[in-house]
Amino acid sequence: MNWEVVIGLEIHTQLSTKSKLFSGAAVGFGAEPNTQTTLVDLGMPGALPVFNKEALRMAVMFGHAINAEIGMTSVFARKNYFYPDLPKGYQTSQMDHPIVGKGYLDVTLDDGTTSRVGITRAHLEEDAGKSLHEDFHGMTGIDLNRSSTPLLEIVSEPDIRSAKEAVAYVKMIHSIVTYLGICDGNMAEGSMRCDINLSLRPKGQKEYGTRTEIKNVNSFRFIEKAIYTEIERQSDILEDGGKIVQETRLYDPEKNETRSMRSKEDANDYRYFPCPDLLPIELTEAYVEEIRQTLPELPSQKAARFQSEYKLSEYDAHVLSSSRAMADYFETANKQVKDAKLTANWVMGELSKTLNQEQLEIAQSTVSAEAFGELLIRIKDNTINGKTAKDVFQAMWLGEGSADQIIDAKGLKQVTDTGAIESMIQTILDANQAQVEQYRAADEDKQKKMIGFFVGQVMKASQGKANPGIVNPILAKMLKG
Amino acid sequence: MSIDKQDVQKIAHLARLALTEADAEQYQQSLSSVLSLVEQMQSVNTDGIEPLSNPLEMTQRLRDDVVTEDNRRDDFLVNAPQTEAGLFLVPKVID
Amino acid sequence: MFDQSISTLAAQLRNKDISSVELTRYFLDRITKLDPQLNSYITLSEDVALKQAAHADTQIQNGNASLLTGIPIAHKDLFCTAGTLTTCGSKMLNNFVPPYESTVTSRLQNAGAVMLGKTNMDEFAMGSSNENSYYGAVKNPWNLDTVPGGSSGGSAAAVAAGLAIAATGTDTGGSIRQPASFCGITGLKPTYGRVSRFGMIAYASSLDQAGPMAKSAEDCAHLMQAMAGFDDKDSTSSETPNDDYLSNLNAPLSGLKIGLPKEYFGEGLDAGVADVIMAAVKEFENLGAEVKEISLPNLNLSIPSYYVIAPSEASSNLSRFDGVRFGHRCEDPKDLLDMYMRSRAEGFGQEVQKRIMVGTYALSEGYYDAYYLKAQKIRRLIKQDFTNALQEVDVIMGPVAPTTAFGLGSKTNDPVAMYLEDIYTLSVNLAGIPAMSIPAGFANKMPVGLQIMGNYFAEAKLLNVAHQYQQNTDWHRQTPDMAKGA
Repeated sequence: MNWEVVIGLEIHTQLSTKSKLFSGAAVGFGAEPNTQTTLVDLGMPGALPVFNKEALRMAVMFGHAINAEIGMTSVFARKNYFYPDLPKGYQTSQMDHPIVGKGYLDVTLDDGTTSRVGITRAHLEEDAGKSLHEDFHGMTGIDLNRSSTPLLEIVSEPDIRSAKEAVAYVKMIHSIVTYLGICDGNMAEGSMRCDINLSLRPKGQKEYGTRTEIKNVNSFRFIEKAIYTEIERQSDILEDGGKIVQETRLYDPEKNETRSMRSKEDANDYRYFPCPDLLPIELTEAYVEEIRQTLPELPSQKAARFQSEYKLSEYDAHVLSSSRAMADYFETANKQVKDAKLTANWVMGELSKTLNQEQLEIAQSTVSAEAFGELLIRIKDNTINGKTAKDVFQAMWLGEGSADQIIDAKGLKQVTDTGAIESMIQTILDANQAQVEQYRAADEDKQKKMIGFFVGQVMKASQGKANPGIVNPILAKMLKG
Repeated sequence: MSIDKQDVQKIAHLARLALTEADAEQYQQSLSSVLSLVEQMQSVNTDGIEPLSNPLEMTQRLRDDVVTEDNRRDDFLVNAPQTEAGLFLVPKVID
Repeated sequence: MFDQSISTLAAQLRNKDISSVELTRYFLDRITKLDPQLNSYITLSEDVALKQAAHADTQIQNGNASLLTGIPIAHKDLFCTAGTLTTCGSKMLNNFVPPYESTVTSRLQNAGAVMLGKTNMDEFAMGSSNENSYYGAVKNPWNLDTVPGGSSGGSAAAVAAGLAIAATGTDTGGSIRQPASFCGITGLKPTYGRVSRFGMIAYASSLDQAGPMAKSAEDCAHLMQAMAGFDDKDSTSSETPNDDYLSNLNAPLSGLKIGLPKEYFGEGLDAGVADVIMAAVKEFENLGAEVKEISLPNLNLSIPSYYVIAPSEASSNLSRFDGVRFGHRCEDPKDLLDMYMRSRAEGFGQEVQKRIMVGTYALSEGYYDAYYLKAQKIRRLIKQDFTNALQEVDVIMGPVAPTTAFGLGSKTNDPVAMYLEDIYTLSVNLAGIPAMSIPAGFANKMPVGLQIMGNYFAEAKLLNVAHQYQQNTDWHRQTPDMAKGA
């Protein structure tokens, strides 16, 4: 049968506040167990929560970024269940009145098409602690450092129809929250985690099928792979006439499979009710507007500006604006180069390729945007050609110096002296009489193919330093005889 | 309003309270009588009345985002039934 | 000496007629001798008390004393006290020594008060007789066969028997006023949000409020001066500025408008209690007050509304007692679920387990609207009753409880009858207004409390009304015989 996949995502983004959502404990990754906890985060008797102003500001910022209704009155509710990493026996979250209401994102896929993904809501909640399963005499250790860390849970509509679209959506959310500076986006440290709700239905059917929820997937690649394996699992069951069980599943990247999490199944009567230790958050129009004014340029706005200001293609503009760091790198470099197409090609080409090979983020590039710009200027002013520039870039990457230092040290300057080029060409033509005869006898189409041979010979003779822009017309003229 | 013994066990499980059969029987009676007591609410018309969660109907105060608390792990761990390496220990958690 | 007022003792301390260490030792001795009859204390904090008393004496010596400096008081055992066992009347916390201090106890300590110990209470403040304590029932000093009321029964009995000058209590549905009434002392439940809940072990967060329990309104005012006021550690703490609770005590009552809700004088009210209340009202008329009948039509609904809201909040508040980070853990749990189920079943008493289950049920899927939401809507009706009435009158008066203290064990088998005892107190907590109980006479040889209710943040007014009454009567100066035995 032809199945249609229906996906909705819940993305937990950790807000980058200094202190916790409800206490004055520090937030941070990698501290010694239970050293970043107060009586509030430990759920001690008599402890009371007080709400962090900055978390509110960040949530409202996000709401603006996804064109959402802001909840002018939002309410914290308790989600009650027992788990050792949940110290109070309830998670303080938001239910009926979230801080961010309905919004949407227009997601651009790699093939350039755009689709709109509805966002149901985004709400503030506290994170739980961590269970450490290393063996403590057959027991589990509980570290509550993460307890009460502020999260914004972003819930999408079931509008997503493929793994690619899901990844594009998550990347877009990632780029927005990092643009806004409200999340460090570090997925390896759990700053962004994704729950995937997935079901299949026969193409053309309106009703949704039974869905499963895959919990806590924490990389773009795993999201894609988890979706593929879950689609396969569900379609295998359905093809065999079986039924999907509504359940929570876990993605195991090592085995590339999802498996049922039985332990969380029996506790799904969460008994939500408004938290009596916290009061409704009331916002004023003035506050909401003030935050709107502080919004930075967002990825989609930046992409549009890159198209109009730099005349870049839609694709280039989209790729360059997908991360704030890359966009900033591009603009800084281009400030000197003043050739957006050239700068864009090099940022998306050689620079990105090298970063990928080294598995580094652009912020970790050993070549600064300024130094990179200086290199591109040398292409633009014909000091070196593109091929040489790649070698210079690799040398810069290894820390051998600035573009000019490397060009000088290695004597890579292009030959642009027409007299020298003419005599070099004459030598080559003399040495290859037979080919010259053939060329002259051939028709125009054939000549176009044959000229490459002579260009190659010239480049070889000049050790790549001859400027192709000067070589080509002279060569064509001299071949004519 | 009355509930049966199975309901009692279900509620007790949600609340994580181990009940013996005899306990369940006893709670079945006492819970049923409390539920009958609260049943009289249902005769009141409350259409259009907003629920009241906080008597003063105040709004949430906001705390500045500053770290105000030091690490007092050792003070807190003292009260825990079982700890090791700065962690609280519990019977094995199976995901 | 045990029946002296705070201001008299403060003067004696300042005049060096007595030192705080002597005064503290005197009370510690009394407790050692008399409390075995009452069981009003769970923990006697002798070392802390003597250290604080010595410090108080230095303060007095240096002229840095406030009126509370060196005054020995007791705390209900649900206020977390750093370094001192805090049990909340439960087996669950029978080894819990908090590393932090509640705002209430810390403010009283900063004002110089000396902590004698922690008083007995119904487990997790759930009860009206103090029979639900893991540490045993408390007895009423006026008649050792009767209950002191609850849940702040230990505090009430200790103050009535002269085992502390004053004590702290908490009131979620009457837990300060009803024991104050049963033991013949003065107790104030402040406006919700007036006194910080930080460090107070929660029963029902939207109803709980701490307040003073003492011999007189004036002594309560002294405690309120220190206890009350905004606390940034409690989101529900009010930023409304504090009144000066002492400066208004002597304002005359002429023209005071008193409302008597007819629903407080209907079926179920003991005739002896009714007589005492009416006599007290008469006394207020003599003092120049005007009395009129009013109506609080939804009074009856306060019982069901309370017995949904309080257990619901409690079921969630008490989830943190799971045997992981503090408190009781069962022996040899066979797995995680077994640890939860047995630790909680062993650590909590029956009444607590029952209320947890009622609350769990009321919040569970499919029942939320019919129970919790409905109860909150009725809560608004009850609040409206009070705000309407308080537009017509300055204060509302009535009985605190339908009867005087009942016999130990007489109601333990009929919990619903016990719940009905709270009819006159619950609505005040649901509305969040302040209310007092003051001694107004005796019926059946047992003390009867008069309840005075007022508008939001009208604590100073209530204390003034109570103080004027106490200036003209001596019901609050009565002492049970057992207290004279030492």
